Amino acid sequence: MRSLYAFLSGGLFGAGLYVSGMTDTRKVQGWLDVFGDWDPTLAFVLAGAILPMAVAWRLTHARRPLVGGSFPAPAEARIGWPLVAGSILFGIGWGLMGLCPGPSMASITYGGTPGAVFLAAMLAGMRAAPPLRRRLDALTTA
Amino acid sequence: MPTEWISGLVGGLMIGAAAALFLLANGRIMGASGIVGGLVDGSGRGNRVERAAFLAGLVAVPGFLAALFGGDTHASTNLAVAVAAGLLVGIGTRIANGCTSGHGVCGISRLSLRGIVATVFYILAGGLSVLLFKHLLGAI
Repeated sequence: MRSLYAFLSGGLFGAGLYVSGMTDTRKVQGWLDVFGDWDPTLAFVLAGAILPMAVAWRLTHARRPLVGGSFPAPAEARIGWPLVAGSILFGIGWGLMGLCPGPSMASITYGGTPGAVFLAAMLAGMRAAPPLRRRLDALTTA
Repeated sequence: MPTEWISGLVGGLMIGAAAALFLLANGRIMGASGIVGGLVDGSGRGNRVERAAFLAGLVAVPGFLAALFGGDTHASTNLAVAVAAGLLVGIGTRIANGCTSGHGVCGISRLSLRGIVATVFYILAGGLSVLLFKHLLGAI
């Protein structure tokens, strides 16, 4: 059942990305283009997505996941340099291409060569990140 | 274009419902970078079938919709841009431990300070990136 729910969730996520226009890099870059022809669509997408999820978090109180086990621990409050530096690096790449991880995978069948090259580079970056982070951690604590 | 705002809102509700399903059914946070990143770096070996099933749905359904109704990412055809942006997104999301879906959708909705701070920084950096590469350098 766990895999079926995961497949349904991934499929619904992908359908939502497609319907909202978030696999169109022009709409994403248009939202980030505050100094050009600003496109507010992404704000509607984010607001629409947060709404059901806020309800879902409330429903986790005094319950268990359908398949058993437990819900994620309460969110950490620690704001370290990796959170800030990583988000800045991510944001630069996001603005440059107009793709983030979800849409880059959702659009892989129709994103052509640029989409495939972006996804390959993203996966390579994800593979390189843990050792890179360990090195930076060692530098900052030294 | 108000119709695009409406499809944005409807699509957003679907994304939120997907995240709610993953949380309430499987007890997991729907973060795209975490789900695929755990497969790529081996940290998610323990539940790789669940991760793969999620990704199969994520690829198959929009692929099917695009085959029926058309789809175009309008992405830059400059492959140097694609490589640089991909590396930045891959490294950045894994160091920050989340992306738009994990920190943005799942984090903000539980009023997580980390989610809110991450979202502020990647949106600011994204805005400056478009300003720099589009308007100042003309590279995209």
